[in-house]
Amino acid sequence: MTAPAPPAIEAVDLTRRYDLDGVSVEALRGVSLRIGQGEFAAIVGPSGSGKSTLMHLLGCLDRPTSGVLRINGVEMSGLSDTRLAELRNRTIGFVFQSFHLLARTTALDNVALPLVYWGVGRAERRERARTALESVGLGHRMGHRPSQMSGGEQQRVAIARALVGEPKVLLADEPTGNLDTRNGTEVMAILDRLNAESGVAVVLVTHEPEVAAHARRQIHVRDGRIELDTGAGGGP
Amino acid sequence: MRGRESFVMALEALRVNRLRSALTMLGVIIGVLAVVVLVSVGTGAKDAVEKQISGLGTNIILVVPGQLTVGAAPTQSRLSLADVAYVRRVVGDPAKVTVSLQSGETVRVGRTEAFVTIIGTDQNLTNVFQRPLAKGRHLSETDVDTRRRVAVLGSEVAARMFGDVDPVGRQVSIAGARFRVVGVYATVGQTFGLSRDQEVHVPVTTAQRMLGVDRVNGLAVGASGPEEVEALQGRVVAALTERYPGEKFSAVTQTQLLGTIGSVLGMLTGVLAAIAGISLLVGGVGVSNIMLVSVRERTKEIGLRKALGARQRDVLAQFLIEAVLLTTIGGAIGIVLGVGGAVAIRSFTEVPATITWWSIALAFGVSAVVGVFFGVAPARRAGRLDPVVALRAE
Ligand SMILES: Nc1ncnc2c1ncn2[C@@H]1O[C@H](COP(=O)(O)OP(=O)(O)OP(=O)(O)O)[C@@H](O)[C@H]1O
Ligand SMILES: [Mg+2]
Repeated sequence: MTAPAPPAIEAVDLTRRYDLDGVSVEALRGVSLRIGQGEFAAIVGPSGSGKSTLMHLLGCLDRPTSGVLRINGVEMSGLSDTRLAELRNRTIGFVFQSFHLLARTTALDNVALPLVYWGVGRAERRERARTALESVGLGHRMGHRPSQMSGGEQQRVAIARALVGEPKVLLADEPTGNLDTRNGTEVMAILDRLNAESGVAVVLVTHEPEVAAHARRQIHVRDGRIELDTGAGGGP
Repeated sequence: MRGRESFVMALEALRVNRLRSALTMLGVIIGVLAVVVLVSVGTGAKDAVEKQISGLGTNIILVVPGQLTVGAAPTQSRLSLADVAYVRRVVGDPAKVTVSLQSGETVRVGRTEAFVTIIGTDQNLTNVFQRPLAKGRHLSETDVDTRRRVAVLGSEVAARMFGDVDPVGRQVSIAGARFRVVGVYATVGQTFGLSRDQEVHVPVTTAQRMLGVDRVNGLAVGASGPEEVEALQGRVVAALTERYPGEKFSAVTQTQLLGTIGSVLGMLTGVLAAIAGISLLVGGVGVSNIMLVSVRERTKEIGLRKALGARQRDVLAQFLIEAVLLTTIGGAIGIVLGVGGAVAIRSFTEVPATITWWSIALAFGVSAVVGVFFGVAPARRAGRLDPVVALRAE
């Protein structure tokens, strides 16, 4: 490859407006940012400032009202449902504040789920899911169901699920929001290590300064705009 | 995603909601059960009637004055024994023509009375119809020629009037006149719902005198081979019409009778199947309903699957397969129960239920189609859910 790798995320002037019963809410009012490959960034800001809205756009779970978004060099607008699904499946890993694991399903099968949509065979799925679970230190919990695990363990399963497809970008919306300090610290240690070892870019949203401190770059959002970006322009 | 994965996922979802799945299937089960049972009863009835008609004999042509309609009162007859003799000449073989004059009369032996069908006929009856004897003899030519007061009893009449006693040689009173029993027929069963074992046969001449008439109700011709039947039918009708210009005579062959009855009962079976089909459709509406509930309940799960890379069609397939599994599993259970029901009806009642493979295949096919038809709307709704909205759902 001679061309330099494209940035993991490149957003230009993203807006997102919600129209509800005639009332329209401008959740994002023109956000531009660029996340390099392997970068680690934290998005911080007051409640209601638009952090989750931004994350959903970056994760291709939602479409912007206007603006341009490229994930790993692929322009998102105009992609078909199938191509968008593929992007979510292979390029992006998403970690939610409330874990979102399938109940009644083992840790191993939860982690293997994205590979089902990738078309990976059962044996290989299980093998890769096992590796992913081991990498978050849950090799001994593979047969457990979400209800049989602690919050911290559940969030680590969710991280393993986000990483099993070896994405370019890991997006985490308040991954420690539902965890106590000890579990939160453990989850952050895993994200640190994964970012360092596998080179996946990590973007996380948090309220907690200690969590934000794990990132080399802080992006402050207020009223749907980026107020301050400690890494803006520079990049990694 | 591969088909097998969607299949496993759908099965899993049904297993998790066992009770609800079972109740949803119930509608389909009942529908399919109804189709299989009703069609087998209808088909059985048709087979039975056809067997009865074939059991009358072979290559029979029935001739009556006027228009022939099954079940309707016969037109006033003008056919006399002279006409019968005329038809005998037309047919060529007099032995192949027999005659019938019917009346309902009271039969009495001692204190036992019964209202039966008296049929005046002749010695040629057995050349045209199959009517085996259990005891005694048939009516003879002399009986007819000399207007003897003799009678041959149907097996039920004999049993009712005489019990275990052998009736041959004994007296019966028919409409007040004394007759001597010369024979008893073997049991032959019903034709068109009328038991032929409740008939009493007497010479047609005797019957005419008893009833005070000189007509007969109709006659029957036995052709010597199937290839002869239609030509003979035409010849007889033409000859009678020529003798009585402007009057109508009808002749119907056994084959035509089979065809008519067959199509009437076939239609009846079709109507039964359609009614049962409606209940299958109602079962399908139930499936649709439950699938909508299921989609709503699992909105979060759908959102998550989409966030992890499920395409619209993966989610659609998952829910569609679920719906089709519901109806086809229900259909399979309904078929098993329906076949069991038909076998039970056949064993424990007199209804001759006949299981037909086409009804089973149709019921199963329809339940699969019902699954697709009623599953597609909820499945599409699931497939189109927006991931963010779905994830936020409570
Ligand atoms: N689906 C929606 N429909 C209408 N308005 C919405 C919707 N989602 C978010 N909003 C509005 O958009 C704004 C930004 O919401 P968002 O969830 O992005 O905030 P946030 O920064 O993540 O807040 P928090 O820190 O509390 O999670 C809020 O004013 C919110 O009310
Ligand atoms: Mg939020």
